[in-house]
This record gives sequence, C-alpha cells and structure tokens, in this order.
Amino acid sequence: MMHLWLTAATDVIESLRARWFMVYSLVFGGIVVILFAFGLSESRIMGFTGLSRLLVTYIQLSMAILPIFVLITTVRSVAGDREAGIFEYMLSLPVSLSAWYWGRFLGRFFVVFLPVFLAMVGAVAWGMVEGLEIPWNLFVYYSGLLMALAWCFLGIGMLISTLARSSDVAQGAAFLVWLVLLLFLDLILLGVLIQERLPPETAVAIALANPLQVFRTATMMLFDPQLVLLGPTAYVILDRFSLEGYIAWAVLYPIVFGTVAAGIGYLVFRRSDLP
Amino acid sequence: MIEFSGVTKRFRRHQVLKGIDLVIERGQRVALVGSNGAGKTTLIRCLLGEYRHGGQICVDGLAPRSHREQVLSRVGFVPQLPPPLRMPVGQLIRFAAGLCGGEPERMHQVAEQLGFDAHRFRRQPFVRLSGGQKQKLLIAVALGRDADLLVMDEPAANLDPDARHALFHLLAERQERAAMLISSHRLDEVAPLVNRVVEMDQGRVVLDDEVVDTVEMTSRLVVGVEMGQREDAFIAALRQWGFLETDDPRRWTGVIAGPDRLRFLGMVSRYAALLTRLDMREASDTENVDVA
Repeated sequence: MMHLWLTAATDVIESLRARWFMVYSLVFGGIVVILFAFGLSESRIMGFTGLSRLLVTYIQLSMAILPIFVLITTVRSVAGDREAGIFEYMLSLPVSLSAWYWGRFLGRFFVVFLPVFLAMVGAVAWGMVEGLEIPWNLFVYYSGLLMALAWCFLGIGMLISTLARSSDVAQGAAFLVWLVLLLFLDLILLGVLIQERLPPETAVAIALANPLQVFRTATMMLFDPQLVLLGPTAYVILDRFSLEGYIAWAVLYPIVFGTVAAGIGYLVFRRSDLP
Repeated sequence: MIEFSGVTKRFRRHQVLKGIDLVIERGQRVALVGSNGAGKTTLIRCLLGEYRHGGQICVDGLAPRSHREQVLSRVGFVPQLPPPLRMPVGQLIRFAAGLCGGEPERMHQVAEQLGFDAHRFRRQPFVRLSGGQKQKLLIAVALGRDADLLVMDEPAANLDPDARHALFHLLAERQERAAMLISSHRLDEVAPLVNRVVEMDQGRVVLDDEVVDTVEMTSRLVVGVEMGQREDAFIAALRQWGFLETDDPRRWTGVIAGPDRLRFLGMVSRYAALLTRLDMREASDTENVDVA
C-alpha cells in the first residue's frame, strides 16, 4: 500500500511541474475569472442569479472542456512517458505493477480534479467576499458530478494509454472516443431516432450509457427539474429513475464506468510489454 | 545466480532474441557488447521483467516477471539514456529509497563519492541536471542500496575521470558479492570493469569469453606525457583527464584510474605523432596521489 501512495505522490509532483498542468489550471481558473469579469453573477437565467448562475455556466463549460482535456493530457503524458524511457527506469525499481498503475491513476485523478475544484472554490470564496448568497447544495452536487466525470474520462484515458503503443496513436484514439461520445449527445440522438425509427428505449439506453449525456442531463436537472429541454426522453428518465435516482446514477455510473475502463487497462498493462 | 535458458523475444515479425542461453554467477562482471540492434537492451529488459519473452529467465530461481518485487529489490539498474523526469532530485531519491526499503542518506553518500552533491540540488528537477550529474545520480540510486545484481548500460560514458575512479571503487567494493551485467556497444568503454565478455549479434550470443583480470579496480597510475610540440587539441584532451602542465610546457603529468588505462591509451594514440615520451607507473598504496 505504501508503494501505491509513493507512486501517486510522485505522479502528482511530476504532473505539477508539467506544462500541460499549467495550461489546464489556467483554463479552468480563467473560466471563473472571465465569468466574474463579464458580470455573469449579476445576470439572470431561468430564475438563476448570483453565484448559482455562475456555477451553472461553469459546469456547462466544464462539460465541453474537461473530458477532452483529461483524455488528451492523460494519454499524452502516460504514452509519452513510455516513449521517453520513464517506464523503463521507474519499472526497474521494485514496485508492483498494481501499485504503479493504480498509484498513477490516483495521482493523476488528484491532479486533474484539483484545478477544476479549486476554480469552484475560488468562485465561492469570491462570492463570499462580494456578499453573494452561497448555493452550498449546488456546490456539493456539482463537485460530485465533476469528480465523477473526471474519474470516468481518466479511466478511459488510462485504458487508451495502455492499448496504444505511441502517444500519436493514443491521442488520435482519445480524440475519436471523445467525438463518438459527443456525437451521441441528445440532439443528434433524437435526429437519428427520427430518421431510423429506433425504439425509444434504445435511444434512452444509449443516452444513459453515454457518460457525457448522463452528466449533461444531471446538470440540467437542478435548473430544469422536469427536463423540459430534453423533450420526450425526459419522461422515460424521470419515470424509471425519479429525480434522486437519476442524480445517484449520474454520480455512480461514470465512476463505475471509469473504474471498469481503468481495470481493463490494468489487465492489458500487466500482460503486455511494459516500456 | 542468473540463468537465461532459450530466451526468445519477437516484436511482431521481427525476432530480436533468438534463443539466448547464458549463466552468470555471483562475482562475475560481464560486458554485454554488440552493435546497435544486437539485442542487448531487449535482453536487459527481459531480465528486468519488463518484456514478456519465450524461454526462461531465473534470478536465484525466481522469474523476474512473476516475482518482480523480490527480484528487482536486488537489482541496481542504470539506463543508457537518463529518463526525462521532472521530479526534483530529492524526490527521486526518496521515491527510489522508499520502494527499495533503503536509506535516502546512503544514496546521498554514494552521490557525494561520485562528486555530486545531491543535497545541494535536492530541489532541482532531474531533467535540468547536466548529463554527467544525471548519470551520477542514477548510479547513486543503483549503488546506494543492497543490490547484488547490477545491470548498467554504459555507466561510465558521461563521467569525468574523477567520478569514473570513484565508480571503479564502488564497483570494486561489491565485486565479490554481486553479479554485474554491463552493456555497451564499445568494448573499450567497459573492458576495465569486467572479467567476462559476452558479445551479441542479431539476437544471438556469438562470443562468450573470460578476460584476464589482473588490473585492480582501485589502482591508480601516475602518468607523464611529453610532446614534441604544443598542440591545442592534445592539451585540451589532457586537461579533460585532469593533467597539469609542468615547468616544461611540453611535459604534462597526471593520475588516472588503473582500469582506465586502455581508454587513456586510446586517447593518447590519436596524438601518437606528437608523442616523444610516455611514462606510466602504478602508484603504491601509501602514495598520496589522487585522480584529478
């Protein structure tokens, strides 16, 4: 267990010094700063104003940026480390493959989630300074969703990194995965449904299986509890899950998805050539 | 201690190792030589349990792949190319010592012996060190613990004469109780360190020979060089070896590590036409001379 935490801590220290981490932190920190600078907390949409309004926008932007950022940085750095000879050296030390792999996973999770979370904390802190009302329930709920989303795409990134033997291939594959998930977001899905006369259950199943869609639907729920924006799909979701059930699904499913993907990656990793 | 039995390795259609049979006993210092693509690195990676392979590799009866931690806790590895690690020097030492169950201070001491003050550079990212400093630190990590199997890829290539001498000392301390596998594509680079040479070509062992081992790893030679006329390139080469000019501007003196004699003569041979005199004598144990 000590080896796992040592590996995780080392990966965190490695990542904190990497250029991608600086860019990544600047993007998420920058979003919050820009949202404040443009006075978003003073505008109103669907009854949301103040910090709630800002967090709703932040979470929507995060959905667009976080998955692709996590995927690309994970596959680039993991596959890049292998190409650069870091694996050759580090794996010549007496660390078990499970401690190495899962240690890196945990370290990387900490690194990708931290800037996103700190940006939200920064927004809350600024809101307190400005005397805005703090929507703690929204803050906790969105933190959970973002954590689940980061975990999910990190798991997918680790799987791609172990399957692809070069960082170029890994990047291409990561981009493709993200595009496919993006394609199956609800608007396109509805289009396909209408054109191909797919049974609604199939369309809903695809929507429920797509972590991006799950996240998106879950973030909508707080400002649109009847999911009017989703159209007829909303009936199936709310009838089958209920509001609380779907929120639980939205947090747990991406975590399970990411863990399974990373687990498959681990099995591949331990059975293949390491460097 | 180490036994390779019919070890094969294939990358897609390309067979890199074609049935390696080799036994290395404790106390043996083996030079693994061969041109690029001979299969040296692949064989080392198989020994470190990093590659899946055909045949069997055993280190005291344990397969490195399935008994990673037991086997690798006994292995000190120095790669040919330092990995581009961004972590600070202090963190690398703590990480390696933590995994190996060793003392970071011991690694610091070995680094100190090699002429690298790891305490001073503890906050410096590893990747920002010079080539020689990286090499010294990796050697310190490999030798600053109880490893009895040393696997090194051109370990002395980036070292200055002083550090080379210190490395020879460190290896001499372990030569009876450890097995060493030292890889290089040039025999003259590693010849002084070894007592056995294994040459690989196209994935096969093509030569396996003992080396007459009379040179003490810790010995030193007092050397005098006289040149017919001053030549800048020759003088620069001598300075790199730590030689000093005497009152006579054509005569230079210095001290070299005993195992470095072949390498030194190789350098001198390039300026043979300028050479008018060359003295070499082994320094006695009581003589107060040191490699510059």
